[in-house]
Amino acid sequence: MSDIAARVKKIVIEHLGVEPEKVIESANFIDDLGADSLDTVELVMAFEEEFSVEIPDDAAETIRTVGDAVSFLEKKAAA
Amino acid sequence: MRRVVVTGLGMVTPLGCGVEPTWKRILEGRSGARRIENFEVGDLASKIACQVPRGDGSDATFNADQWMDPRDQRRVDDFIVFGVAAARQALEDSGWKPTTYEEQTTTGVLIGSGIGGIGGIYDASITLAEKGPRRISPFFIPGRLINLVSGYVSIEHGLKGPNHAVVTACSTGAHAIGDAARLIAFGDAEVMVAGGAESPINRLSMAGFVACRALSTNFNDEPTRASRPYDKARDGFVMGEGAGIVVLEELEHAKARGAKIYAEIIGYGLSGDAYHITSPSEDGDGAFRCMSAALKRAGISPADVDYINAHGTSTPLGDEIELKAVERLVGNAASELVMSSTKSAIGHLLGAAGAVESIFSILAIRDQVAPPTLNLDNPSVETPIDLVAHTARPRKVDIALSNSFGFGGTNASVVFRRYAA
Repeated sequence: MSDIAARVKKIVIEHLGVEPEKVIESANFIDDLGADSLDTVELVMAFEEEFSVEIPDDAAETIRTVGDAVSFLEKKAAA
Repeated sequence: MRRVVVTGLGMVTPLGCGVEPTWKRILEGRSGARRIENFEVGDLASKIACQVPRGDGSDATFNADQWMDPRDQRRVDDFIVFGVAAARQALEDSGWKPTTYEEQTTTGVLIGSGIGGIGGIYDASITLAEKGPRRISPFFIPGRLINLVSGYVSIEHGLKGPNHAVVTACSTGAHAIGDAARLIAFGDAEVMVAGGAESPINRLSMAGFVACRALSTNFNDEPTRASRPYDKARDGFVMGEGAGIVVLEELEHAKARGAKIYAEIIGYGLSGDAYHITSPSEDGDGAFRCMSAALKRAGISPADVDYINAHGTSTPLGDEIELKAVERLVGNAASELVMSSTKSAIGHLLGAAGAVESIFSILAIRDQVAPPTLNLDNPSVETPIDLVAHTARPRKVDIALSNSFGFGGTNASVVFRRYAA
């Protein structure tokens, strides 16, 4: 697991209060991890804070799973 | 009018988490006042408060994890956590667990707060200034709103009846209980979960109340002596925090399910001072009228009142004005009356005060005892009324009245009677 993936996973566990084993790449924040619309806004904010990036609203809407977040942030880091 | 009784009690106070531990310590004459340790007080004129004792839950300490998911705790101010905890205690105590649609839609919630999430507003405004609007959490607004105590409680317990909140400063808790009783009397609900919750102990609120010249500043080195209603040396109130919640129920509803009945709520009176934003009217007219209205509604005479839980905040002006209003109300019966201020032990819980003190009034009836007014060494005025200095006083208490008066000139009195069929 990449450093970015580990940090994303940690944030998801903390913010959604879910079991670590549930936080897999394919896990959908709303359908699989019990998040609501406010939770997803807060999650994106936490990613922005942790990785010192700005995630515009239209990009945020495409981040629906743990894997989506990891790949988005990896691309940002590579850019 | 339908009769309304009290069937459940819950509280979180500076003397502990839970009704029985708090009440035991009240009767023992213990004080919850301490030096504030969790934020900088060096530049604040008042450096003390009555804070809820946090801990692992043993010895009646308050362990937030026992009452709310840590994920939700982060999103709300403490007044919501306190309110949720006290409401669960009250519902468990009452044994009322609505499960059918009919039961859920006739059970409501009416919990208020004086200043709500002011601590969270303070923190968020710093974030806004330092990091900008994109760092404001989506939970900032819902975690600060006063009616969100009622919201959280309704969601946890599935209560789909009236969902309401009161905001009348230091009269909030009394108004919430009185208004909730009326909702039951009028048939809008069969059961109401009602009371107040407050968490005002932070630098911003302390600075604000200091600026109003409302807080005690002369006893920073002797915190337990600072709250001293009616005493010559009193110089302001001591800030408190916590929640008090009762379960109110229509009498026949309570009887039908064999509920334990603590007391009947027989009177409720409201008035406005129309005088000053922070000072009570000097003639005590507002206090007199709300007590009179409550007694009229109860259909009793002033001489019937055995115990008054005073507003008695320990401010130089307010205590004597209330005392004079009570003397005027009861006339020749003053020498038979006992009145005390439990704020001497737990400080001023603002919007939770009227609810916590209503519960003390109910327990005074249950246990036939008047709780003490601590630190009343030298009364500032002579009165025929027994102010219960220092130690609790066992005595007949069949009818108890609880007074609450708030900034803005808003007054409420609630009257409870020992339940008799």
